Amino acid sequence: MKQNTKKSYIFNISSIILLFVLMKILMSANILTKYYTGIVIFICINIILAASLNLATGYLGQLALGHAGFMAVGAYASAITAIAIKPSIVEFCSTLPEGIKFLINPATVILLTSLIVAGIIAGLVGIAIGIPALRLRGDYLGIITLGFGEVIRVVINNIKPITGGAQGLSGIPRITTFNNVYWITVVVVAILYTLTHSRQGRAIISIREDEIAAEAVGIRTTKYKVMGFAIAAFFAGIGGGLYAHYIAFLDPNTFGFMRSVEILVIVVLGGMGSLTGSIIAAILLTILPEALRDFAEYRLLIYSGLLVIMMIFRPQGIFGTHEFSMSGFIHKLRHNQIISPRKEVKEGE
Amino acid sequence: MALLETKEMAMQFGGLRAVDNFEISINKHELVGLIGPNGAGKTTIFNMLTGVYEPTEGSIILDGKDVTGKKPYEIVKFGAARTFQNIRLFKDLTVIDNIKIAYHNEMKYSTLEGIFRLKRYWKEEKKAHQECLDFLKIFDMEDYAETLAKNLPYGKQRKLEIARALATNPKILMLDEPAAGMNPQETHELMETIHFIRDKFDIAILLIEHDMHLVMGICERIVVIDYGKIIAKGTPDEIKNNPDVIRVYLGE
Ligand SMILES: Nc1ncnc2c1ncn2[C@@H]1O[C@H](COP(=O)(O)OP(=O)(O)OP(=O)(O)O)[C@@H](O)[C@H]1O
Ligand SMILES: [Mg+2]
Repeated sequence: MKQNTKKSYIFNISSIILLFVLMKILMSANILTKYYTGIVIFICINIILAASLNLATGYLGQLALGHAGFMAVGAYASAITAIAIKPSIVEFCSTLPEGIKFLINPATVILLTSLIVAGIIAGLVGIAIGIPALRLRGDYLGIITLGFGEVIRVVINNIKPITGGAQGLSGIPRITTFNNVYWITVVVVAILYTLTHSRQGRAIISIREDEIAAEAVGIRTTKYKVMGFAIAAFFAGIGGGLYAHYIAFLDPNTFGFMRSVEILVIVVLGGMGSLTGSIIAAILLTILPEALRDFAEYRLLIYSGLLVIMMIFRPQGIFGTHEFSMSGFIHKLRHNQIISPRKEVKEGE
Repeated sequence: MALLETKEMAMQFGGLRAVDNFEISINKHELVGLIGPNGAGKTTIFNMLTGVYEPTEGSIILDGKDVTGKKPYEIVKFGAARTFQNIRLFKDLTVIDNIKIAYHNEMKYSTLEGIFRLKRYWKEEKKAHQECLDFLKIFDMEDYAETLAKNLPYGKQRKLEIARALATNPKILMLDEPAAGMNPQETHELMETIHFIRDKFDIAILLIEHDMHLVMGICERIVVIDYGKIIAKGTPDEIKNNPDVIRVYLGE
């Protein structure tokens, strides 16, 4: 069994590197133009947002309607941190001796520091919202997060000296690049994957399955609900930070209820409880609106239509709770579960 | 000293006194039956004993500790496990994952050790996997390890729920109508399972059951309640001939 795990680790890591190299080649050949690269960056940000929401909604089973709120908290926290620390980090890096200077890129240092601050603040806000809301059973969380998303927007609009208010926040270092967003996305998805496959992840999933039964076998349900929700908020904050450092300008109104719905649609479409599903759906739902730019007004219509179709034909989402794995797919192919070469031989006889 | 003891335990739901002055004392290794007509308050008693409800009056002593008002997950740690009248499995998970969740507190590694898959994660997960498989073997269910719980036949689902409760390593197991919905063959198997686990795990069992044959057949002591009050206590023979019990059961 461990042998298999090792094999799939090697396989996954090499495919991730391969994809990265491929993208870099396409970029340097200018096949992926700046515009397309931008879409790829948005795909990565959406993957982070959807995968993190999936933890709260798909794995933990709590309807959360304010993910854009955590994204906003992260975006502003990260932007403000970056603006504040930029001068001193740049200065510090220039004082480094020549030998190690080339190793440390000030932009990366600023980005990672700001993102960690963003994640922690968003996570703390998640805990503050989660503790009262999650102690109750049922769908209170949906209503509370819905309200939270709106409140955050109003708050950001009103603390003008810090956030720039309705005029927006500008002067944010534009330091999200394909390179860093790609690897951060890989790390976030990997962490969510290993988390959901640990004993803590199992505890989180058991709450979705049956909260009363979970408690009756010794799971501290409140603790794991708050933990799952806070981790989801943490990564939403990081997603928001990456967004802030790509757009370099923040307008509180981009983090409204509709943004939360967009993320939720990705999760539902991909499958609640499937990270690979969220990845595929994030790719589809980031490209689709871009491709249909001329129909921008119909975006909501398309989303709702998609959801309705999904609910009728495949309510569990594209992948349900399963993960797509290439090695599993090949294994199935080999063992005739998808196509059956042995049968063909028989027919030949 | 008794393993589980309640004193003047009562539950008031608004105007309804669902359980009144309930006193019971169960020793180690004892098999006690709790019977009574529909709505008598049996499940409510279980819910109080396992922390789902806090009794409005009285106290519960488990293994020498006062556990009145403790949360369900805490009571599991003190050594009481239960099954539910309407089976509550983790339906969309595999049989072995159902057991592993109950095994949660036996595994010792932190969230970060789990996320970064450090040495202790591999060690503990491997050990847990083996122990959970062994556990399923005891119940003759190792072939179903990777089956989704919802795809098990009904009798096996009941059995899995019992196995899952036992995986928390309890001192007393409470079964709420485990034979409900079973055919005679399955009921017979269940009786054997109950006997078997009591000896194998050396635990006490408190059993709610409607099937008189089952209760009379395996319990050493029986407590009968009606409208939340105890109306009789004794051995199966004493209960069978108790006029109050006969009146309650025939008058139904
Ligand atoms: N949460 C609750 N709120 C109000 N009343 C309740 C609640 N739970 C149970 N009751 C009432 O308490 C009484 C006892 O119910 P309980 O479920 O304990 O009966 P029971 O003996 O388990 O019955 P059955 O054999 O049908 O399972 C019933 O009248 C029931 O309606
Ligand atoms: Mg009942």
